[in-house]
Amino acid sequence: MRLRIILDKILTLISTMFAILGIFILFWILKDVIVNGLKSISLNFFMEDPKPPGIEGGGLRNAIVGSFIITFIAMMIAFPIGILSATYINEYSRSSKFSNFVRSIYDVMLSSPSIVIGAYVYALLVKPFKTFSGISGSIALSIIMIPIILKTLDELFKLVPNFTKEAAYALGAQKWKVIVYIIWPYIRVGILTSILLSFARVVGETAPLLFTSFNNMFFEINVFKPMATLTVNIFNFAMSPYENWHKLAWSASFLIVIFVLIVNLISRFLVKE
Amino acid sequence: MKKHSYIIENVFKGLSFLSVVLFILIFISIFFVLFNEAKLSISKFSFTFLFKATWDPVREEFGGLVPIIGTILTSILSIIFAFPISLGIAIFIAEICPKFLKNFFRAGIELLAGIPSIIYGIWGLFVFVPIMKNKVEPFLIKHLGFIKIFNGEPFGIGLLTASIVLSFMIIPFISSMIIELFSMVPDVFKESAYALGSTRFEVIKYVIVPYVKVGIFGSVILGLARAVGETMAVTFVIGNTYKIPKDIYEPTITIASSLANEFTEATTEIYLSSLFYLAFVLFIISLLVFLISRILLLKLIK
Repeated sequence: MRLRIILDKILTLISTMFAILGIFILFWILKDVIVNGLKSISLNFFMEDPKPPGIEGGGLRNAIVGSFIITFIAMMIAFPIGILSATYINEYSRSSKFSNFVRSIYDVMLSSPSIVIGAYVYALLVKPFKTFSGISGSIALSIIMIPIILKTLDELFKLVPNFTKEAAYALGAQKWKVIVYIIWPYIRVGILTSILLSFARVVGETAPLLFTSFNNMFFEINVFKPMATLTVNIFNFAMSPYENWHKLAWSASFLIVIFVLIVNLISRFLVKE
Repeated sequence: MKKHSYIIENVFKGLSFLSVVLFILIFISIFFVLFNEAKLSISKFSFTFLFKATWDPVREEFGGLVPIIGTILTSILSIIFAFPISLGIAIFIAEICPKFLKNFFRAGIELLAGIPSIIYGIWGLFVFVPIMKNKVEPFLIKHLGFIKIFNGEPFGIGLLTASIVLSFMIIPFISSMIIELFSMVPDVFKESAYALGSTRFEVIKYVIVPYVKVGIFGSVILGLARAVGETMAVTFVIGNTYKIPKDIYEPTITIASSLANEFTEATTEIYLSSLFYLAFVLFIISLLVFLISRILLLKLIK
């Protein structure tokens, strides 16, 4: 009789400790990123391009712009493909076998290593054109984004009540009209959330960019040339032996973490609405 | 008017269909493109590539054994660390935690999952490695040194550190999947067990866990798939050395980190092709791991 109670207490204690450990790790990482980030970030960080090692100062203006452009283009490619695919497997596809096949594929893609996607895009777009380019980075990111968007939207489509659709069909509406005027507006908050979340998820991706968009010490907005991104710069600068580059790496990490946190908070708020 | 509308309908349907087809084609072509790029290396080294430990770009001799072993070791170790902690977190959040704290903990775990792996990498390198090197590893060597694999030099950077950082990354992932599984257990089952006078431990052990056992196994394997392909968090702290570690502190390398480090430096064709061979192996491993987890999770639904 007593043993059962003791076991119960032990389990409660251990689980509680582990949960606190999880939260502790979160705050530990956040604390270090924020403290080190605030120590090194300044206005110059947003205004200047990186300086060679040894010279004080310098910023990551080129990488902030690069990350934004590359991720934005990735979004423009991935979103239409994602929403149209989700629409097809939920509204058009006659065989549920085909739809489920597509569902398995997005699940596989979600768990395949992002660095492999980088290698794939390298073979397709970098090797033949003999140059790294921002656009190949965007395409690599969009390949990672499509399954994320597709999966979230697929789940949202199932939430649309049948009677709303049927009411529209009963009035003689065509399928595309039902989709564009009834179904999409019905899940619009979810669509917005999925855009935000996948953007936040992909803006932190590094591995697929290492050998697609590569890096650039200079300001570059031509997407057919190598482009700097925040994440690749964190990698290069943190691995370098120079103190002022380490500072830039921390500042860039700070910026990304703050961005990811804000987007997560916004999307939580949207979901509650 | 009517005709016009039919055209839109068909165009719309066609575009949707094309998107799906494009998506499927991308997936299938990954397999073929990687294989095609690796062909040179595959024909030169054949399957012995997988069992050979030399990696010598100068003499153009390549074997993938070290990164393959490194990948397996880091991911299995990280799962060993992550699983009990994730299970504990899930039990706490689903069964123990008071309602008003539940959302706080869940949000915390989800935020942890949202932090990009590069952040774990830089944090691991600058914050966690010094702690491992100066405190944790000397402590382990002193007290567990009599066991062979715990006896060695405290490198700081290496297998153990990489596995722990990796486990930090997959804990939120596995625990949120287990929480989801726990919520599938019908309340009636739990309530009847409580009504019979069971303690929480007994309810968890005899009612909840047996109900979702296969699912827990499946989520652990899915976590494994994550760990296998994780690049940035590992590359920073693994040491990137082509050596099979003799103890758990030594630096080594994983497939993903050797790709991250060497891809842009590969000067010869056979070098690049061998890296593609590694990428192909990594893709196949992650596919297999995914299939296993899928089979397990499907069993649960049935």
